[in-house]
Amino acid sequence: MTNQQSFIFDTELRLVVLTGITVRSLQELRAELPRVPGSSIFFHMHQEYLAHDFQHSAHYNDFARWVSQALREEALAEKLAAIDLLAFTTIRELRDAVIGTVDEYLSELDRPGYECRPEEAFHFCRSRSFVLPTGIVADDVDDFFRKVASISHASLYFHFFEARLRLGRRTSDFSRWLADRGRADLAAAIDALNPYVCTLDELRRDIVQLGTGTATPT
Amino acid sequence: MSHRLEDYRQIVGSQVIEELLLLADRVRHLRLQHINSTSVGGGVAEILTRMVPLLRDLGIDTTWDVIKGNQAFFGVTKAFHNALHGGEETITEEMFEVFRATTAMNLAELDTYGDVIVVHDPQPVGLIARKPEVGGHWLWRCHIDVSTPNPRVWGFLQDYVEQYDASIFSMPDFARQLAIPQYMVPPSIDPLSDKNRDLSDDAVRAVVERYGLDPDRPILTQISRFDRLKDPLGVMRAYRMVRRRHDCQLLLAGGGASDDPESAEVLREVREAAGNDPDIHVLELPPFSDLDINALVRGSTIVIQKSIKEGFGLTVTEALWKRKPVIGGAVGGIRLQLLNGVTGFLVHSPEGAANRAVELLDNPELRDAVGAAGHEHVKENFLTTRHIRDYLLLMLAMEHDDTDLSVLTGGPTT
Repeated sequence: MTNQQSFIFDTELRLVVLTGITVRSLQELRAELPRVPGSSIFFHMHQEYLAHDFQHSAHYNDFARWVSQALREEALAEKLAAIDLLAFTTIRELRDAVIGTVDEYLSELDRPGYECRPEEAFHFCRSRSFVLPTGIVADDVDDFFRKVASISHASLYFHFFEARLRLGRRTSDFSRWLADRGRADLAAAIDALNPYVCTLDELRRDIVQLGTGTATPT
Repeated sequence: MSHRLEDYRQIVGSQVIEELLLLADRVRHLRLQHINSTSVGGGVAEILTRMVPLLRDLGIDTTWDVIKGNQAFFGVTKAFHNALHGGEETITEEMFEVFRATTAMNLAELDTYGDVIVVHDPQPVGLIARKPEVGGHWLWRCHIDVSTPNPRVWGFLQDYVEQYDASIFSMPDFARQLAIPQYMVPPSIDPLSDKNRDLSDDAVRAVVERYGLDPDRPILTQISRFDRLKDPLGVMRAYRMVRRRHDCQLLLAGGGASDDPESAEVLREVREAAGNDPDIHVLELPPFSDLDINALVRGSTIVIQKSIKEGFGLTVTEALWKRKPVIGGAVGGIRLQLLNGVTGFLVHSPEGAANRAVELLDNPELRDAVGAAGHEHVKENFLTTRHIRDYLLLMLAMEHDDTDLSVLTGGPTT
């Protein structure tokens, strides 16, 4: 959360909600994708970053991983993994992209789809999140980069991922605040970071390095 | 022994503890009451024994009550339990009557006073009849696998369950089609318990030697009760395949089988299959062997959990926490824990287990890398502190509308 003067670091803590919707084939997945809540699409495209943030993922999202591991449709898994999350600022666009990718693959599939075993079924979930102020406040730009080094993964995730896509702020809270403070250069450098190809620890390190001028933005 | 919240800070980090305190500030005005069917023995009692003191440490007024029941009632609930697991059980109308009668007795005798009341498992589920009178938020916490339940028993329980405000399941696979929200809260392990706390290398070595194993040669271990669903004979087949390539020992250790005829039968088969191989160690461990189990896992080179059917699989969690490379059957919660090739290896056969074991024995760096990733995975997702966070969030959730994102920027309720 931001205002003109200080940056207030929030954190996001979440519960996982089970929708009870389960699919076992590509056709079933396709049928449910338009019907499940938008928060479910967001959850499955993002939860990897928080749950497994100690490692680089091979698939980046739950749909790609399931299609690979349960259905053995590796080509589709690669296409789903390649969906560029930075290209979207609404969940509706993101949902359309997932559906479009599955549709294109199904239209070229010249054999019956595989139905996985019940224990490998895909279970649609969604998250229920609570955003709370952490009590950590940055008074100026230097202070911001000092404080950002110590915030939690959940806080970083909120300001970077959630704020942009779920709250429709179009950019991360960090870059918005820095631009408001007259540091468009740092805001642009942060916008140039791709949070989807690194762990949260690496993302935090890169942000801190930008602030201390030790990194060259790409 | 119970631990203080501060004891966990050095393990999980300050950020995790600070987040718990932030959350606790938001729900400290709510009394939390847990209700289950036993105060000792069993996984639920074990979880509550360590969670209740920590919740109190956070300033949450938390109580734990236990329902009463006679032998006939617990016989019925045992049959329900088996039937919910998909087992063959004869369920009669008289059994439902016994359940209803005990529920009525507990409704008359047990005091419910929490603002948030968490009822664990099927035995006390009927207490929900008290809700219209006392109010509060009621949650049904299901610890058991109801993915393929006996429809008659589930139908009977569902009438109770759907009167709750929400339900809680351990894994997505256990979710049902219900008219109330279903939350997922995986189980957890306590990093400070005797089964999981750090031990010195000397202490580990002493225990390994005491049980007759050689600490200087590789040890493949499966810790499990002697049950066909844990496939101990499959593990032995895998070990024999590995032996063609590597000198190693096999340890199969589990709880006592004296009060369970099927377990005794499986133990007999395992001992028979072991024959005269001096490197196969079949141990029937007495209750309260947690420290020994801890040391035996720490002294192992590879841990195997080749289950054919599994709930969550906390033995896997415990081994991952100890930085062990784990080879597990691709079933139940093992799939949530072993991200194949990253935090462990998923297999479908003794041959698969043997292949992975050989690969791991050939490659110490791989063992270290998989073990380290497994430890991080458990630290992030399956420790007591995460479990407590989920309960605090559930309390918070009960006080707010079910929206995807609740922004709580005002101060805590006092």
